[in-house]
Amino acid sequence: MKTVCCSILGFGAIGQGVAEVFLMKKEYLESIGLEVKVVAVVDSKGATVNPEGVDLADCLVRKRRDRTVALENISGVEVIQSVAHDLVIETTPTNILTGGAGMQNMFAAFKTGKDVITSNKGPLTLKYRELMEAAKAAGSHFRFEATVGGSMPIINLVNEVLAGNKVKSIKGILNGTCNYILTRMLEERASYNDILAESMQLGIAETDPTYDVEGIDTACKLVILANAIFGIDATYNNVEVTGITKVTPEALEMAYEKGHVIKLIGEVSRERIHVAPRLVPINHPLAVGGTLNVASVETELAGEITVTGKGAGPIETASAILSDLIAIYGD
Amino acid sequence: MRVSMDIELKDVPGQMLLALQPLSECKANLITVVHHHQKRTPRKTVPVKLVLETRPESIETIKAKLEENGIRVVRVGEHRFRESINVVLIGHVVHTGIQDTIDEIDRTGFAEVVDLSLSMPGINMLSSALMKIDAVGKEDLHKALAILKEVSAKKDLLMVLPIDIQA
Repeated sequence: MKTVCCSILGFGAIGQGVAEVFLMKKEYLESIGLEVKVVAVVDSKGATVNPEGVDLADCLVRKRRDRTVALENISGVEVIQSVAHDLVIETTPTNILTGGAGMQNMFAAFKTGKDVITSNKGPLTLKYRELMEAAKAAGSHFRFEATVGGSMPIINLVNEVLAGNKVKSIKGILNGTCNYILTRMLEERASYNDILAESMQLGIAETDPTYDVEGIDTACKLVILANAIFGIDATYNNVEVTGITKVTPEALEMAYEKGHVIKLIGEVSRERIHVAPRLVPINHPLAVGGTLNVASVETELAGEITVTGKGAGPIETASAILSDLIAIYGD
Repeated sequence: MRVSMDIELKDVPGQMLLALQPLSECKANLITVVHHHQKRTPRKTVPVKLVLETRPESIETIKAKLEENGIRVVRVGEHRFRESINVVLIGHVVHTGIQDTIDEIDRTGFAEVVDLSLSMPGINMLSSALMKIDAVGKEDLHKALAILKEVSAKKDLLMVLPIDIQA
């Protein structure tokens, strides 16, 4: 049995999803020879640390009851530097302006030779190359499937399953909130503002939905794909971005009458990175509804391959983190 | 795309086969053949009108192969590369002068607006238009879209293009 000692940095929805999945998959992981021992859980107020393994069920109860797991006033970076473990699971919130705590956590992890699995887009959007270099210099594994499309496999699909294929382009719907808003606007013939309000009530859109509806979230995911799959040293500034805020129910209806839906489509190739509302034929593989994400990969040998799945949600995102963990430590 | 082609055959046996062979080699789909055997051109050849469906890039190859076979190509249909596209415009489409937007495309000579659906839900609300544009060829279609993109930027209109078009 191989024991993987890890920390969970960031205990919001995703971090809690990871804890739940570890509890849920304990027996399965053991059946493939892996014991995952979480030695620290950190949130914005502090940490719970136990080198023998923290009680994840207790952490979940305390987080929901007290809104924090903090038993000690110690930061993520301090945990990385002072607690012995192999893997940092980095699930702090995305900040695309500075990289936030995630940026410091990742560099600190590589400096101490730890592996990193993350769902945090910010640091990868801002400093992809530097992070990869730091990981390489440390001999650390660095995986981030959960940053693009949640549970929908795209990075690992291309880099591992489709290895050897040259990828020409990737197009898709990479933001479930925008997809939900556009789907509902068409179904209800309701205005953008009305459906946005509904999405906020349902918790599909954030209180500040700017990142989603202005296309920024999609653009960040494309930057990660441009770097990870096309090897382009791209940043957010290389992306042409148009969001969905101007789309009207009338436009959706007219398009539908001509056999099209309007979707926020992100597109990345060696030549360009682009986000904009586009007309998609209703029977096209990318014309998925609701909060679903979808990506179509155009490959040299295998033709076009389309994957679809839930782009968000704690358990779905944790599923991508779990697959990264098994990819690193499984036999 | 659909192409009409006027060719002339020598009045000797086996000419039609020589005319159809290049089409088959280039995988063109023959729609109609009108063989005016009773007519003669001043050059004593038989005029034949073909309508075929093929890829735009195959046209020149077909022409060259026909000529290699000794067949004269008199005319290739004017709208031989006809392309069509639907584009959605959202913004103050009418108040910023829809006629002027249409004119910008129409005056190119190689593209024109052939259909327009318009929705104006209220005087201060954004209007939406679905515009169908026809163009002589793919390249011309892209030129027309580039013009429309410029006009849309000036008028602060959101232009929604089909997914298979390079935006």
